[in-house]
Amino acid sequence: MDEPKTPLLDELDQGQWPSFVEQLKEAAKKSASAADLARQLERSYQDNTGHWKRGGIVGVRGYGGGVVGRYSAMPEEFPEVKEFHTLRVNEPAGFYYTTEKLRQLCDVWDRWGSGLLNLHGSTGDIILLGTTTENLQPCFDALSEIGFDLGGSGSALRTVTCCVGPSRCEHACIDTMDVTQELTAHFQNEIHRPSFPYKFKVKCSGCPNDCAAAAARSDLAIIGLWRDAIEIDQAAVRQYVDEGLDLFNEVLRRCPTWALEWDAGARELKLNADDCVHCMHCINRMPKALHVGRVRGAALMIGGKAPVVKGALLGWVLVPLMEMKPPYTELKELLTKIFDYWAENGKNRERVGELIDRMGMAAFLEAVGLEPLPQMVHAPRANPYLFWRPEEVKQHG
Amino acid sequence: MAKTDFGPPDYRQMMPPVVRENYGLWKYHTVPRPGVLQHVSRSGAVLTSVRVASPRLVSTDWVRRICDIADQFCGGHLRFTTRHNVEFLVSDPEKVDPLLAHLEQQDYLVGGVGMSISNVVHTQGWIHCKSAVTDASGLVKSIMDELHEYFTGRKPVPGKLRIAVACCVNMCGACHCSDIAVVGIHRTVPRVNHELVSKSCEIPSTVAACPTGAIRPNPKLKSIEINPERCMYCGNCAAVCPAIDVMDPDNDGLSIWVGGKVSNAATPPAFSRLAIPYLPNRPPRWPEVVEAVKHLVEVWRKGARPGERMGQWIERIGWERFFQVTGIPFTDKHVDDFTHATTTFRATTQFRL
Repeated sequence: MDEPKTPLLDELDQGQWPSFVEQLKEAAKKSASAADLARQLERSYQDNTGHWKRGGIVGVRGYGGGVVGRYSAMPEEFPEVKEFHTLRVNEPAGFYYTTEKLRQLCDVWDRWGSGLLNLHGSTGDIILLGTTTENLQPCFDALSEIGFDLGGSGSALRTVTCCVGPSRCEHACIDTMDVTQELTAHFQNEIHRPSFPYKFKVKCSGCPNDCAAAAARSDLAIIGLWRDAIEIDQAAVRQYVDEGLDLFNEVLRRCPTWALEWDAGARELKLNADDCVHCMHCINRMPKALHVGRVRGAALMIGGKAPVVKGALLGWVLVPLMEMKPPYTELKELLTKIFDYWAENGKNRERVGELIDRMGMAAFLEAVGLEPLPQMVHAPRANPYLFWRPEEVKQHG
Repeated sequence: MAKTDFGPPDYRQMMPPVVRENYGLWKYHTVPRPGVLQHVSRSGAVLTSVRVASPRLVSTDWVRRICDIADQFCGGHLRFTTRHNVEFLVSDPEKVDPLLAHLEQQDYLVGGVGMSISNVVHTQGWIHCKSAVTDASGLVKSIMDELHEYFTGRKPVPGKLRIAVACCVNMCGACHCSDIAVVGIHRTVPRVNHELVSKSCEIPSTVAACPTGAIRPNPKLKSIEINPERCMYCGNCAAVCPAIDVMDPDNDGLSIWVGGKVSNAATPPAFSRLAIPYLPNRPPRWPEVVEAVKHLVEVWRKGARPGERMGQWIERIGWERFFQVTGIPFTDKHVDDFTHATTTFRATTQFRL
């Protein structure tokens, strides 16, 4: 096979950081489409613009999503990427793999695609990058043989993802992996058959460090929390201090509510648990000495999203603390109510956060059956323009 | 008919035995050296995770090579992180040093844990996206070739720093809450191919796609027209109507945003804010962007107190000082005029002069 000539890309074959160009070239030795991908990319580097067409709906039988159609805008010059579709493959929770499973995946992808993939895409899926329309169905059939299903795309519930949670983290207040697996199983139809006004993302982090970046980008973020006091191992605190930790500057004064005090005489760390807002800072700084509490659940945050269409939003508190016990019935029911309200009221390409912004949080809470709570706001309203329902005022005549 | 709706492989069958046996039992962790995490279980078991940088876009042969390593040192198990790193999970303490030696010999970069610059979360770019202003993979490679010593811990940083690259303002991947975000932008009003609009676009949904109401129907041409006074080049119209072209290689470029975070630790999650409105899009090495990111990292590194992330440092010194110490000009572009603009105007005399 002719090696693609890519002088500009070759510049990126130099340097210490692992090079994607090396990966492209390696794949190009075995795959004609990977070689044409490298050539088309080289052209983009020359022209300063992309060379993919917009639009194109392709898929596999029984599903409305999971495949992103992609066609070259220069098919005469780069015929092997004329059709170069992506399969979004739902990853196992926590991104754990056996090498056996990964090797099976590689064999399928060498047989039916370009041999190039992303581990992983932004949403969490394994992104199998580049195959033809004709190969989509046999590729999916082969994937399903080895136990891999497709993830979400388009106006659907997107692939649910999470942090490592209790599998490898002492901070996990909830079983993020199990929640993710359960929601994925429960909402297979919503993932595979787009029927929403726009995309909907659910992500799950075990603690407020939010390693899954849930509140920043998911329409519903599930974030583990605790209600009781942080557990303190005083001997371990003393060890940190003795080993040179600047307790005052690095821990106490960075506590957002000054909930911690160091009793220098007794050499004891004192916590005013009532003031603690579970930010994780002190625990992060002294993981051997401090531990999340025992009465645990999850905060739910609604409406997080990136800028499209009307600006980025960070998720707002919807439920301060929900108990998270399998099979997570309360969570599933709430999600279904949210989907229903949004499907009924959302405009085309309107994310749920933008819908709430347009219709009001009070209307949303009523629709999904939740009481307003002070945890939901930074501060109550400062303007006097309140709405009253007819039953709240005396009726005339 | 193939079976459908069976979901992903069960994570329980993917996890190594030490993880299955100590699920929910982890007591604490330490970072014995950069890039290495040691988790200690209440059972007494110890799990060492060795984190390695990946280019995210990989070949099947690369995957097979890391599988070989996991077979040799980790009993055939591995995982990935949300920032595209590979983690080799070692339960046998005897195998940690040989694994590290092997990785070093094979030129893998070990790092990206805790107080460091971890791998860059990024988007598809020209490799596979229709709306990419730039190539994310190339930018990441160029930036991290300069910053890899902060990944490996060879050079220390005062706190964690998370970089993201998005090739357009869609900002896939929580780019908008990063310590430093590089975002591809357009600067000119999209061109409309009227003939194609009448054939291939739904006019009402194209009009509705515009967040500033800049688009109205043009019944005479069976097309639409864009009010250049209102358009802010977001590209939403082009996303719903292929007859609208927002790509402009002469004027498209990159912007740099700072101070965002997703974690709630010490300070709440925050959006990244505009630092540099425009830099030229110059592959294959993007010298202006790389220089700007490096400069921001260096100024933060010198000014931040231990544990302070970019946004926390800026909050302490104030934005007025940030622009002063970085030498970045504050311009009309930095004053918000979109949906939540008034929330960003300062309503106190508490500022530095």
